[in-house]
Amino acid sequence: MSLFRTHILVPIDESTVQAGVYSVKKALEKELEKRNLSQEVKVLESGTVGIIGKGVILVIYPDRIYYYNVSEGDIPLLVEEHLVKGRIAKALEHSAAELSGGTKAFHDMGARKEQSRIVLDKAWKINPEEIDEVLAAGGYRALEKVFTEKITPQGIVDEITASGLRGRGGAGFPTGLKWKWAAQEPGSTKYVICNADEGEPGTFKDRLILEGDPHKLLEAMILAGYAVGAQKGYIYIRGEYTLSIERTEKAIEQARKYNLLGEKILGTDFSFDIEVKKGGGAYVCGEETALIESLEGKRGNPRVKPPYPINKGLWQMPTLVNNVETLSNVPEIVFHGSSWFKGFGTEKCPGTKVFTILGHVEFPGLIEVEMGTPLREIIFSYGGGIKQGKRFKAALLGGAAGVFISDKALDSAMDFESLKENKAVLGSGAILVMDEETSIVDMLFSILKFFAHESCGQCAPCRIGTQQLLRLCYGIRERGGSEEELQLMMSLCETMLNTSLCPLGQSLIMPVKSALENFRSEFLNKPKRT
Amino acid sequence: MDRDAILRKYPPQSENLLALLHDLQDARELHYLTEEDLRAAADHFHLPLSFVHGVATFYTMYSLQPRGRHVIRFCQSPACHLMGGVSVGKTLQKLLGVDFGETTPDHEFTLEMSSCLGVCGVAPAMMVDDRVYGNLDEEKVASILESIRREK
Repeated sequence: MSLFRTHILVPIDESTVQAGVYSVKKALEKELEKRNLSQEVKVLESGTVGIIGKGVILVIYPDRIYYYNVSEGDIPLLVEEHLVKGRIAKALEHSAAELSGGTKAFHDMGARKEQSRIVLDKAWKINPEEIDEVLAAGGYRALEKVFTEKITPQGIVDEITASGLRGRGGAGFPTGLKWKWAAQEPGSTKYVICNADEGEPGTFKDRLILEGDPHKLLEAMILAGYAVGAQKGYIYIRGEYTLSIERTEKAIEQARKYNLLGEKILGTDFSFDIEVKKGGGAYVCGEETALIESLEGKRGNPRVKPPYPINKGLWQMPTLVNNVETLSNVPEIVFHGSSWFKGFGTEKCPGTKVFTILGHVEFPGLIEVEMGTPLREIIFSYGGGIKQGKRFKAALLGGAAGVFISDKALDSAMDFESLKENKAVLGSGAILVMDEETSIVDMLFSILKFFAHESCGQCAPCRIGTQQLLRLCYGIRERGGSEEELQLMMSLCETMLNTSLCPLGQSLIMPVKSALENFRSEFLNKPKRT
Repeated sequence: MDRDAILRKYPPQSENLLALLHDLQDARELHYLTEEDLRAAADHFHLPLSFVHGVATFYTMYSLQPRGRHVIRFCQSPACHLMGGVSVGKTLQKLLGVDFGETTPDHEFTLEMSSCLGVCGVAPAMMVDDRVYGNLDEEKVASILESIRREK
C-alpha cells in the first residue's frame, strides 16, 4: 500500500449531491492525474460533515481545512495552490482568480466551537460504503471486545443501564431498562427493530447517521440482539430515504461477507441477521406499534397499548424497538465503558445529542454536542446566529409535535430535564429558528395542516380533532381570533390528549398550547395584510 | 421486469407486501398500481383483495391512478413553509397548470404534496423521482422543470 501525504474527503449527502459533487470529484481526480499527484493525494468519498446548503465541500487532511461551494472550475486553482504550493487557495491575495466558494479551518466549523461526537465520530472520516475503512477506523471493535473478553449478555445490559443512556427518538425513556425487560422475556424468538422512519418535520439526523456510518448501527443491533437474546433485526427506513436504504443494504451485505452477520458470528454460537424494510410514506409509522403493523405488511394503524412491544411486538413476540441515534451510542458505550460515556452531558442525561438546526439561521445543518448545551449557544454559536442580522423571535423545538419557545427560554440547557422545567421538550432534536418577521399563527397553521394530513384516521379524537383545529386556526389566520376560539382549541387538544390512541393525537397539545401561551396576542390581533 | 418475475422475487409471507407493491409500481412508467396488480398481490400472499387495497391506499407513496412519468413531491413541512415554500408551491402549480394531486395532461409530471422530506437544511425542497432539489425559488423550479423536460 502506498502512503498518501494528503487525503481529500468528498462528503456525499443530499445537499452535496444536488450541488453536483460527482462532477467536481471527477474534475478533481482528473486534475490530480494531470499533475501527477494521484500517488500522493487520495480522494475519498465520505459521509456528511454536517454542513448543509453550502454546496460541494472538500475536506483536506491532515490540514483540516475545508472548502465549500466548490465548483468544477475551482479545481485547477485549488490543486495548484493547496496541493502543489501547499497554501490555502483563498489566502492567495494577489491572484486574479478567486474560488467561487470559501474556505475554513475544519476544527472551527465556521468559527464555531468544536463538537463532541460519539454517534457521528466516524461519519466524516470514512467512506461508509467500504467496510475495510470502517474496520480500520475502529468499527465493530465493541463486538470484538464482547467476544474476546467473553462479556455476557447480562454484562452488556448492565453496562447500558449504568451509562444512563436515554432514548433519542423523543421520549427519553431509559434504554437500559428497555433492554433489561426484553432480556427477561422468556422464549427464544425475539426481535430487534431499529426505528428509522424519521418523519418528524425538521428532523434529518437519522438519515445523516445512516448515510454517514451505517455499520455503527449494524454493530449496535448485533450487540442488542446478543444482549436480549434475539436472532433477527429489522431496520425500518422511510421510503423517501433512497440513499439511506441503499447504503444500509450495502453495509449489511458487506457485514455478511465478513461473518459479522449471519450464522455463528465470528465463530461464536451467536447468530443474528438484519433486514431493511422500506416504508410507504406515513408519518404515523414512526410510532412503534404502527411501525410493527407496517413491518408485518399491514396498514400502519397504531395498536392499543398495553401490551407493549417489549412483551408482544412483531408477530406477537417480544420486540425491542430503538431509534437510530439511540442505538448508535451503544457500540461506544460497550467499548469505552459507561463511566466514559457519563463524562459527557449532564448527570441525568449523559452523552451527546444530535441536533438539526434550521430555519432562519446562517448555518443550517446538524451538530452533535453534549447534552445540556445551552440553546443560545446552539443557535448563535453553532448555527451562526439569525440570518441577515435579524432578531430572534421564536424556536420550535422537537419537530412539529414540539414546543414553541420565545426568547425567554433561550438560556435553557438542551437536555430532557432542563427543558421540562422550561415547559419545552427535546423531542427529536430539531430546532427550527424563526426571525422577528415570522407569523406564529401561520406556523401553527402549517403544523396543523401537517397533522390533519397525517392522522391515520383510526381513532375519532385524532381524526376529527386535527380537522377541527385546522379549521379554527385557518379562521384565526384569516381574520384574527377571539378568546372563545382559543379556549376551544385548547379544550380540543386536551380531549385529544386524554382520548387519542397514540402520540400523534396526544402530542398536538404541545405546539398549540405553547403557541397560544407564548404568543397569545398574535392570535387575538387582526392579521396584518401583506 | 414483468409482474410474474417480480412476484417470484418475494416469498409468500405477507410481511413482503409493501416491498412488492413498491416494485410493482416502480415497474410501470406511470408509477401506479392497477387493479390487476392488486389482485396478483392478493393471490400471491393469499390475502383478501380488500386487505391489499387497504394497504395500497394507506401509504402516500402508492397510487391507484396513473401518474406522470416524473413524480414531484413538494415538501410542505413547517421548515419549508417558513423558508418560503408557499410561493414556490404556487409557482409550480402555475408552471405545470395543475393543482396538487393532479397530473399534467401529457402525463409528464404529477405534482404531489409531501410531508417532511428530511432535507430541511436546504428548505424549501422537493423531490423529483429519486432526486432531491433544495434552496428552491421561483426561478430555480422553472429551470429544473425545463431541464427534466429536455432530458428525455
